[in-house]
Amino acid sequence: MAVTALFGARVRRREDPRLITGKGKFTDDIQIPGTTYAVFVRSPYAHARLKRVSVSKALEAGAIAALTGKDLEGKVGAVPCAWVIPNADIKIPAYRPLAVDKVRYVGDPVAVVVAETPEKAHDCAKLVEVEYEPLPAVVNQEEAVAENAALLYDDVPRNTAFTWKLEGGDLERAFKEADIVIEQRLVNHRLQPAAMETRGVLASYDPSTETVTVWMTSQNPHIHRFLLSVMTGIPEHKIRVIATDVGGGFGSKIHAYGAEAVVTYLSKMLGRPVKWMETRRENFMATIHGRDHVQYVKLAAKKNGKVLGLEVKSYANLGAYLSTAAPGIPTWLFGLMLSGPYKIPAIRCEVVGVLTNTAPVDAYRGAGRPEATYLLERMMDILASRLGMDPAEVRRVNFVRREEFPYQTPVVVMYDSGDYLTAFNKALEKAGYNEFRKQQGEHRKKGRLLGIGISSYVEICGLGPSRAVRSTGFGLGLWESATVRVHPSGKVTVYTGGNPHGQGEETTFAQIVADQLGVSFEDVEVIHGDTGMIPFGMGTYGSRTTPVAGGAIAKACERIIEKGRKIAAHILEASEKDVEYRPGVYSVKGLPDKKVTIQQVALASYAAGANELPQGLEPGLEATAFYDPENFTFPFGTHVCAVEVDPETYTVKILKYVAVDDCGKRINPMIVEGQIHGGIIQGIAQALWEQALYDENGNLLTGTLADYAVPTSADVPEIELDETVTPSPHNPLGVKGVGETGTIAATPAVVNAVIDALSHLGITHIDMPLTPSRIWEAVEKTKSKR
Amino acid sequence: MSARVINLIVNGRKVSCAVEPRKLLVNFIRQDLGLTGTHWGCDTGNCGACTVLLNGKSVKSCNVLAVQADGGEIITIEGLSKNGELHPIQQAFWNNHGLQCGFCTPGFIMQAYWLLKQNPNPTKEEVREMLAGNICRCTGYQNIIKAVLDAAEKMR
Repeated sequence: MAVTALFGARVRRREDPRLITGKGKFTDDIQIPGTTYAVFVRSPYAHARLKRVSVSKALEAGAIAALTGKDLEGKVGAVPCAWVIPNADIKIPAYRPLAVDKVRYVGDPVAVVVAETPEKAHDCAKLVEVEYEPLPAVVNQEEAVAENAALLYDDVPRNTAFTWKLEGGDLERAFKEADIVIEQRLVNHRLQPAAMETRGVLASYDPSTETVTVWMTSQNPHIHRFLLSVMTGIPEHKIRVIATDVGGGFGSKIHAYGAEAVVTYLSKMLGRPVKWMETRRENFMATIHGRDHVQYVKLAAKKNGKVLGLEVKSYANLGAYLSTAAPGIPTWLFGLMLSGPYKIPAIRCEVVGVLTNTAPVDAYRGAGRPEATYLLERMMDILASRLGMDPAEVRRVNFVRREEFPYQTPVVVMYDSGDYLTAFNKALEKAGYNEFRKQQGEHRKKGRLLGIGISSYVEICGLGPSRAVRSTGFGLGLWESATVRVHPSGKVTVYTGGNPHGQGEETTFAQIVADQLGVSFEDVEVIHGDTGMIPFGMGTYGSRTTPVAGGAIAKACERIIEKGRKIAAHILEASEKDVEYRPGVYSVKGLPDKKVTIQQVALASYAAGANELPQGLEPGLEATAFYDPENFTFPFGTHVCAVEVDPETYTVKILKYVAVDDCGKRINPMIVEGQIHGGIIQGIAQALWEQALYDENGNLLTGTLADYAVPTSADVPEIELDETVTPSPHNPLGVKGVGETGTIAATPAVVNAVIDALSHLGITHIDMPLTPSRIWEAVEKTKSKR
Repeated sequence: MSARVINLIVNGRKVSCAVEPRKLLVNFIRQDLGLTGTHWGCDTGNCGACTVLLNGKSVKSCNVLAVQADGGEIITIEGLSKNGELHPIQQAFWNNHGLQCGFCTPGFIMQAYWLLKQNPNPTKEEVREMLAGNICRCTGYQNIIKAVLDAAEKMR
C-alpha cells in the first residue's frame, strides 16, 4: 500500500480540541433529567458467610429501590467467563452480580440502593443491614493451593481453577546437554490499573421502544452489549451501548462486571435513568487487578551463553472469581511469549490458576506478556552473571537473526518479521552502554552504586487471527470491522469497530482514509464507540486497533476504490482495465486529462442516472469490511536503563532511559511516541513503586491514590526514543501495534539496572517493587553472609 | 440538611444557587452548573482532575465545599478560552500531544495556568515539581511538561 502525504505525518490529534476545552463526553458527563443514582454495598470481609442482608431500613429512609443478591436471582445472571481455556480441567464458579450466601473478597457487592441524588443513595446504603460470619481468608496463591488451605468453593479443591500446560521441543535433551542450569523464583506482583476515570454506567430505559441506552466506560461496546444481553435477558438489538470518550482503560474496561448489568436492569425495572459511578476506593477494590504470578524458572544453557531450554511453573493468582478473560491471560498470553526474541529450542510451561480472597485479576496493559518478558530478561541477566559474561553478549548469542524470519518458536506462534540485533545495537549505542560499563568500575571504587540494565522483547500483538484465537478457547474471534461511507458531496465517514480511549485513532484512521481516498483530512470523520452507529466490532485492547481495525479500514477503502473504478470507467467511457487510480483521481491510461475525481464519482454513485452509474451496479459508495488477520504481529525492540542507587537511602534514581522500538510502520509517529512514553512510565512504576497489597486477612491496603503509588511528574525520568522499522509482511498497512510496548519492556530494564548496580555485592535478584526497604534488606543479607 | 443559597462568579458569570451544605464544589460545578469539563477522579485529593481556580488560586474542588466558595470567583476549564480562541496553554497541550484519554487534562491545564501566573519562566524541574499534585496515567508526563514549557515561552 502506497505511503502518501499523511501516512507517517505528525498530525495533531483531532480528539484534542474537545478534550482541552472541557467538552469531552465521558460517562459521568452525560446528564439526563430524572436520573436516579445507584450505590453498591460491599463486603468489608475477604471471606464470610452471608447470614442476612436486609434493605428494609434503606427503603424506609426513602430509597427508590434496594435489592440483595437473592432479589436478583432469575433477573440478572452471573458474569460470564469468556476465555474457557481447553485441556486445563477448568472450573468456573458462579460470579454473581451481587453475592449470595458467601462473600469472597473485600469489595464483593451484597446489595444495591437507588435514590434521587447520589448523596441520598449513599445515606440509604449505610442503612443496609448485613450480618456476616467471617471465615478464614486465603490471599496468597502458593498458600491457597496448600492441602489445609481454606476453600473459596466447596467444589474447587485446593482452590485450583485450572492447570494448563504448553510444551515444545525436547526439554529433557536440553537439560542433559546443558553446561549450566540456573533456577530462580520470580514474583511478578499484583498491580492496580488505575485509569484516571473510574468505571461507571448510565442506563436509560425507554418503555415505548423497549430499548435501553447504556453509556458506560467501555473499551469494547459491542462485547459489553452482548454480555449485558446475556446477563439481563434484554435482547441484544434492544441495547445500545455508547462509550465515546473513555478516561483510560489499560485493560480494566474490557471486562464484564456485575454492576453495569445490575444498573441496566434497574433502569428497566424503574423505568427511569440510573447512574452509577465508582468511587476511587471501589475502583481499587472491585475493578480488576493485573499480573500476580509466582514463577519457578529453570534454564539450561551452554558455557557460551547459548540457551538450550526453559522450564516454567507459574502460580497465577486469579482472585475470587474468574473475570471475563482471566484464564487466558496468565496462560496463552504468557506461554506464547516465552521464547522472547531468542532461539530457545525447548520450552515447557505449566500454569496453575488459583482462586483467592482478593479482587478478580484479569488483563492489565501487556497482560501476560510483561510477565513473560520479565521472566526471560531477568533469567538472561542471571545467566550472564553466573557465566561471568556481559548481559549484552548473552543476548547477542541468543537472538533470532534477521534472515531466520518467519521464525517458528517452540511455543506455537510464528514470528512474522524482525531484526532484533539492529534495534539492540542501536539502543546500546544510544545509551552509551560500553562507556557506562567502562566507568562503572571507577564509580564503584568511589562507593557509588551505578548500574545499567537491558531489556529486549518481542510482543504478540494485533489480536488476532480468529481461528488461532478460538483454538485457545476465547469466546469470539478477534477480527475487526469498518464501514467507510463516501457521501454524495465526497465527504467521508468512517465507522470503526475499534474503540480508542486515548490512543488517538480518530486521527490515525482519518490519516489512512484521507491518503487512500485522496480526500482532505478534514473531510474524513471517524465514528467509534456507539453500537447504534458502528458495525459489530471487537474494541480496543491488546495493541490491536491500528493493525486490525486499521486493516479493516484499508480493506474497505480498497473496495470503494474498486467500485469507484467501475463508475469512473462508465463516466469516462473507457474500459475498466484502462482506468488508473491515484488517490482521489481516476484517469484513462495514457490520457491523463481524461479524468474524474472521487468526489464526482461519489455524486454519480448516488445520482445513479444512465450516464452516471453502469447498468446493474448498486447505487451508493460505501463499503463494510471485516478484516481477520492471517497472523498476529510481533513488534520488538530493546530498552536500556541506567540507574544510580543511593548507598545510604537505597533510593533509585534513573539516570538515563533509552528505548528503541520497532512497531512496523508508524502512521502518526507523534501518537506512537506518546504511547511508548506512557507505557514505559507504567513499567518503571511496577519496577520501583506500584504494588497492590493485601494484609493476611485480605484487607486491601492500597485502596486510595494516597496509598497506591501511581507516579507523578516529579517521580519520573525523561525518556529518549528511537526506532527501527520492520514492516509486518502480512498486515495491509505494514503496522504492528505499540500500545503495550512500554509496560512489557520497561520493568525488566529497570530491575536489571538496579541489580547490576548491586551485583558486586553478590546480589543476583530482588523481587519488585525495588523500594528502598527491599534493597536495604537484600544488602543487609549479603553483609551477614560476608 | 437544609439548602443554603450561595452567590459566586463562575467564568465571569454571576451564579446564584441553593445547595446542600455538604455538597462538594466539584459536584456543584458539574451537576448544578453543568460544567462537566472539571472531572472527579479520586476521593482523597490526590489526582487533581478537579482542579479549578478559586479566587485566583488553584484548588482541588473535591476538597472544597460549595458553600465555602460563597462570594468567590471561580474559573474552570470552560472559562479559559476567550472568544473561541484557545488559551496558549490549551494550544500548547494540543501542539505537543500533551494528552491521550484527556480525562486528567482540564485539571492539568488549570494547574499549569496557575503555575505560570506564579512563575512565568519555570525550569523543567520546577514544572515537574509544581504539577506533582496532578496524576496522568496515559502520557508519562513527558509531553505535558513539554507543553507547559512551550506555553510559558509563548505567553512571555
